[in-house]
Amino acid sequence: MASMRDIKRRKGSIQSTQQITKAMKLVSTVKLQRAKGRAEKSKSYFECMYETVTSMLAKTGSLEHKYLKAGDSQKKAVIMITSNRGLAGGYNSNVIKLITQGDFKKEDLCIYAVGGKGRDTLGRYGYEIKADYSDCIEEPVYVDAMNISKELLNGFAAGEFGEIYLAYTSFKNTVSHEPKLLKLLPVEIEAGEAEEEKTSKALMNFEPEDDQALDMIIPKYITSLIFGAMVESAASENGARMQAMDSATSNAEEMISNLTLMYNRARQGSITQELTEIIAGANAIS
Amino acid sequence: MADDRNFLLKIITPERVFFEEEATMVEFNTTEGEIGIYKNHVPMTVIVKPGILTITQEDGIKEAALHSGFVQILQDEVTILAEIVEWPEEIDVERAEAAKERAEERIKSRTPETDMARAETALQRAVARIQVLK
Repeated sequence: MASMRDIKRRKGSIQSTQQITKAMKLVSTVKLQRAKGRAEKSKSYFECMYETVTSMLAKTGSLEHKYLKAGDSQKKAVIMITSNRGLAGGYNSNVIKLITQGDFKKEDLCIYAVGGKGRDTLGRYGYEIKADYSDCIEEPVYVDAMNISKELLNGFAAGEFGEIYLAYTSFKNTVSHEPKLLKLLPVEIEAGEAEEEKTSKALMNFEPEDDQALDMIIPKYITSLIFGAMVESAASENGARMQAMDSATSNAEEMISNLTLMYNRARQGSITQELTEIIAGANAIS
Repeated sequence: MADDRNFLLKIITPERVFFEEEATMVEFNTTEGEIGIYKNHVPMTVIVKPGILTITQEDGIKEAALHSGFVQILQDEVTILAEIVEWPEEIDVERAEAAKERAEERIKSRTPETDMARAETALQRAVARIQVLK
């Protein structure tokens, strides 16, 4: 049996860990509220954007456009959004798994990393990290998304890669987040949805003409998707961290109560032993 | 009868809902030129060019600098999906003036590498900002 002193020391160290995890939980709760607010505020923009783009594509149908068909290159670009910091449960590894365990071939991929954790891990696995935008995930602003999408669209136009994917964590609610892989380019709208749009929307005119309008709107659409993914990932990160820290805190609590029990038993045991020794000693003298 | 002339104007940016109120008329710059929209306009989607956005409401006129985005026009609703839009009080004059000078400089001393389209958009943006303030 461990000595009283050992148990006490162990308990002390767990207690201070618990204080840290508790504080981290509180911090990420506050951050989550803020990130959630931002994600909700920006939601209407994406909904409108999505609606417009789907109705446009439904109308233009089988239009030949550079953004609507895959490029010739075998290469695929993936924007991967993770966090810069760890201790967020499975948050980062879930996104990374999407890429390492998906149908991708390692040689075909080039990674545009947003978030240091994902960048480091995939770099270690030997993936090609094309660019790193890790500083912008702390406070995502729209300009960052614009820069990323500009670079990707340039690469797409130059034939560097034929397809663009986006790997991020979608934020459903505070406790549920889902890693998602989204195809950005070529733009694909599911046939069923397009049909529905066609009937619900009145005839929409475009000015300038369809293909020019697509030229201008698709980049904005991509940018908004990237921005949306960044905002949602930021919210998910804090949500995941909050959960992880919450369970860490309650685990620590459990361990502390077990250790307290052990400590008290050991204390009682030592008192009993001392007493028996004293009595035995007294008996021996008399 | 005044109510009948109003339509719902929504201006949405990625970061917030910038404006959502009834309006009588809205004017802005598009790639095809300036347009003004009243109620019952033909459904249309247009692309924005940097310029002044003028919102006419019953109780007055509001102005803002609108830089990029696109507009979805329906008969009783106009939605402006703006990437960048600012009220006059949010604009930094000195920065706008500096940006204007920079852009003009770039256009004047043009070299083959100069991205003319970008320089021109930058100039238009700066001009729009300064005009809104006046």
